[in-house]
Amino acid sequence: MAPSFDQLDPETGDYDAEDDVDFTDLKEQYEVRMEEGLDTFVVIDGLPKVPEDSKPKLVKFLLRKLTTAGKTKEDDVYMPLDESTGQTGGYAFVEYETAAQAAAAVKLLHGTPLDKKHTIAVNKLTDIERYGREGKIDETYHEPEIASFEEKEHLRWWLGDPEGRDQFIMFKADDVGVYWNERDDVPDQIVNRTGWTETFVQWSPKGTYLISMHAQGVQLWGGPNWSRQKRFMHPGANLVDVSPDERYITTWSHKAMEVQEGNPVLSLEEDGKNYIIWDVATAKPIRSFVTLDLAGPTNDAEGNPIKQKIQWPAFKWSSDAKYVARMTQGQSISVYELPKMNLMDRQSIKIEGVMDFEWAPASPQRDNIKTYEQLFCYWTPELGSNPAKVGLMSIPSKDIVRTRNLFNVSDAKLHWQSEASFVCVKVDRHSKSGKSKATNLEIFRVREKGVPVEVVDSIKDTVINFAWEPKGDRFVLITAGEVPDGAPVPPKTSVSFFCPEKSKGNTIGNFKLIRTIDKKNNNAIHWSPNGRFVVVATVMNQQSFDLDFWDLDFEGEKDEKDKDLTANLQLMTTADHYGVTDIEWDPSGRYVATTASFWKHRMENGYHLYTFSGTTLREEPTEQFKQFSWRPRPERLLSKDEMKNVRKNLREYSKTFEELDVAKKSSANKAVVEARRRLLQEWLAYRQRVQEDLEEEREALGLTAVSEERAALEVADDGETRVVEEIYEEILAEEEEIVD
Amino acid sequence: MRPILLSGHERALTQVKFSKEGDLIFSVSKDHIVCAWYSANGERFGAYKGHQGALWTVDVDPTTTLLATGGADNTMRLWEVRTGKLLKTWDYATSVKRVEFSEDGRQLLAVTEKRTGQLSTVYIYDISPDPSEPAPSEHALRIVVDEQPRVTVAGFSYLNHFIIMGHEDGSVSQWDAKSGEHIKDNYSHEDGMQVSDLQWSADRTYFLTASKDKTAKLHDTATLEVLKTYTADTPLNSAAICPDPQQYVILGGGQAAMDVTTTSQRQGKFEARFYHKVFEEEIGRVRGHFGPLNSVAVDPTGKCYCSGGEDGYVRVHHFDPPYFDFQFEVEREARAESRI
Repeated sequence: MAPSFDQLDPETGDYDAEDDVDFTDLKEQYEVRMEEGLDTFVVIDGLPKVPEDSKPKLVKFLLRKLTTAGKTKEDDVYMPLDESTGQTGGYAFVEYETAAQAAAAVKLLHGTPLDKKHTIAVNKLTDIERYGREGKIDETYHEPEIASFEEKEHLRWWLGDPEGRDQFIMFKADDVGVYWNERDDVPDQIVNRTGWTETFVQWSPKGTYLISMHAQGVQLWGGPNWSRQKRFMHPGANLVDVSPDERYITTWSHKAMEVQEGNPVLSLEEDGKNYIIWDVATAKPIRSFVTLDLAGPTNDAEGNPIKQKIQWPAFKWSSDAKYVARMTQGQSISVYELPKMNLMDRQSIKIEGVMDFEWAPASPQRDNIKTYEQLFCYWTPELGSNPAKVGLMSIPSKDIVRTRNLFNVSDAKLHWQSEASFVCVKVDRHSKSGKSKATNLEIFRVREKGVPVEVVDSIKDTVINFAWEPKGDRFVLITAGEVPDGAPVPPKTSVSFFCPEKSKGNTIGNFKLIRTIDKKNNNAIHWSPNGRFVVVATVMNQQSFDLDFWDLDFEGEKDEKDKDLTANLQLMTTADHYGVTDIEWDPSGRYVATTASFWKHRMENGYHLYTFSGTTLREEPTEQFKQFSWRPRPERLLSKDEMKNVRKNLREYSKTFEELDVAKKSSANKAVVEARRRLLQEWLAYRQRVQEDLEEEREALGLTAVSEERAALEVADDGETRVVEEIYEEILAEEEEIVD
Repeated sequence: MRPILLSGHERALTQVKFSKEGDLIFSVSKDHIVCAWYSANGERFGAYKGHQGALWTVDVDPTTTLLATGGADNTMRLWEVRTGKLLKTWDYATSVKRVEFSEDGRQLLAVTEKRTGQLSTVYIYDISPDPSEPAPSEHALRIVVDEQPRVTVAGFSYLNHFIIMGHEDGSVSQWDAKSGEHIKDNYSHEDGMQVSDLQWSADRTYFLTASKDKTAKLHDTATLEVLKTYTADTPLNSAAICPDPQQYVILGGGQAAMDVTTTSQRQGKFEARFYHKVFEEEIGRVRGHFGPLNSVAVDPTGKCYCSGGEDGYVRVHHFDPPYFDFQFEVEREARAESRI
């Protein structure tokens, strides 16, 4: 008979030895895994406590919610009664058909409010077992360890350059380097790293970070030591976009991500997604999305999949980065609110047929509108008997501020002016027969009362490029004539300049054509970031590669016929850069860099640097030159008045800089001369040493000195060489033809 | 001054060479013919016929009595300059890529090409300056280069101390000219970019190498140390040192025809480039060829230079007064000082 517990003395027990055998390994092996098979169960807490007779009602009510996540029925909801009170305990166990549905229920329903007082908590039963059991979680509170403060590098250090120089990156072969612009001198290298990026590099919009692309994700670099600031693990990321305030970053990969459990940064939430929107400060993902397929056929006539160009950026930021929006083409626009990335008002804005939309690039200042708003512009094509429409919508109110109906529209492009004063809708229209094409410009004057629309319809050809003057009210466009099918050469293009007429008071007059320049090949317009100057160029072209530098406020004499216009157009210079592919103004508007990139072709890769007026400063052909990119600057801190003051007293301010330039130039010259002097001395010393050695050796061998041999040669020459140049002209044949 | 165009060859030029007095130019081309020209007026002095294949190389001895040529017919031939008489033919297993007389004209070397089963070999012969004396069939020294990469160019140093070789991988090496022992290497050009030419200064104490890596480098003969580097923007085929007192070097090259997609002159960079020898700065360019420059040579007396191009022409340019007068400020200073 086995002894009972009370008979045993713990001190003297004979069975101790036996009991001490460690069975834990066996126990572990044979323990019944209770959780198994319980994956389909969820536990719901936070339910109201109701008496027995109203229980079915509650279950029914609850079921309505529960079935949104998966299949379950009344019998599978077990809501125990508390025997002491006769009421339900405020909790329930629910069995779903599959474990996946149960997981979905947790994701979907956890934290859902039932009414004002009750919010349900939905957990997996297995999780309750795992974490809910006593002792599984440490009950005592441990203060989290706060890392000691570490001083970060100053991310905007480059703005403090005493000479006010700008920086740029150059990417050649595998080397990415950051340089100071030294105008016509060799750029001053700050840092150079081989293999810094795997595909390309990009500056953030205010220039704080340099972004590099890798197979594992995206990295941000900055500070005077170019140390890594942030890392965003997005496997296979192809493209990256940073919000205008540099607080958020969007990464996109062509391939959907595969995230394994236990990934330190990404959760299963991100599995199968293409986009991630990250918080830059924490380097954590906020929300992820899949790529939306564009409407239209996915296969061409032969059944091959059509490669669709993705729209980039698909997530467009409002100017203050409070909102980010994405369009589902033809259906709706989804606006998400930052910083949580929740869908505004929990639903997308339905806009039937929407083809494109564009946020205002600055906070709009509409007449008599005092409340906060952001605007975006969108357009929809003709749908059945409804005309095509262009609309302006205000966010967050979702009010449509202005719409305009359009007919015979084949395509439209939206161009905002940089301060959101105007938005120009470039409408390509086809004639009734659908053959010939023409372009209309519908210009919305956003700041004026009622948002009037001005139409410029004097353009006969299709407009292939359009650009507003930054911070201004003038624009340039390029039109191309019709090309007969199969013509080997691209059509000649015309460049047209527009500006508002002079008007009284503060209003802006009607837009008028200044001048059209015909028979050009130009296809690119690049305005100076400060306006006034514009480079109209031909890029990515085999035959021509000219760069025209225009001034719209030429200070010389103005044509009589232009006296009502707010511009005085003048071509300053024409330069050419063989094989130019990219053109970029520096952020100060003082220099223009043009690139012939290895990515586009392999001929004479390299870059040219021009002044704003088209004077060539540098030409640097470089093998495998890939990318040139100016570092952007944040917006200026000076107020309008201060800037005006600077402009007024420019001469005084520029004086110090001019002196600096002169000093620099002369010291540079001096340094060059000094270096040359040193080189020459070294060379002469070297020659003397070698010659002496040689003479010594020759003497030992009984040979004559080299100089004597040389002299002997000279003697052979009588020293009276005369050059007689005779030109013979010989007539080989002479023929006379009489042409009647 | 107007350049003189020597149009006697039907195919690409491979090497051009001046006689020591600078009065004659010898040119070899892929058309199997060796030509001799008067440098002063471009008249042809004569041709040396007999080779059965493309010619790669030519050299003339310091007294302008003997001429050595080598080519793809696997022979090196010795000619009498004055009469055009073929004095001697040496046969090899592979083609002869380079021939050169020593400073005193008493030795002659030949570089044979490395090909399947054959290593790069440098043969050295003792030659008598008298053309009536028969040249020896047996080499005085043979250097079989088996450890280093293929030899492209070679030459004798001052006082025949060393043999300097340029290799296919861009390195230069130094060998004892008496024993044939390997002394040292310098991997001066970019790896894998062959040394395409090697030319001597007047006293052979330093030399200039041209390479496909778009640079030409001035080396000290004794140490192989790189003294100066001249960077061009096109692969170089040849580089020559102008004689004192002018401190220039001339580089020639151009995109090889097979690498050029559109053979416009703009693309090819078929120009002779003048660099300052000491300051390494480009001073000027001379256009004219419409194919890459395969060989450049400077008159040892410094009056003119000539270039042989892939286009089949030899262009002789007599220097204009500015060439002799041009000086950097520091040079003028130094000269003024030395006069005092």
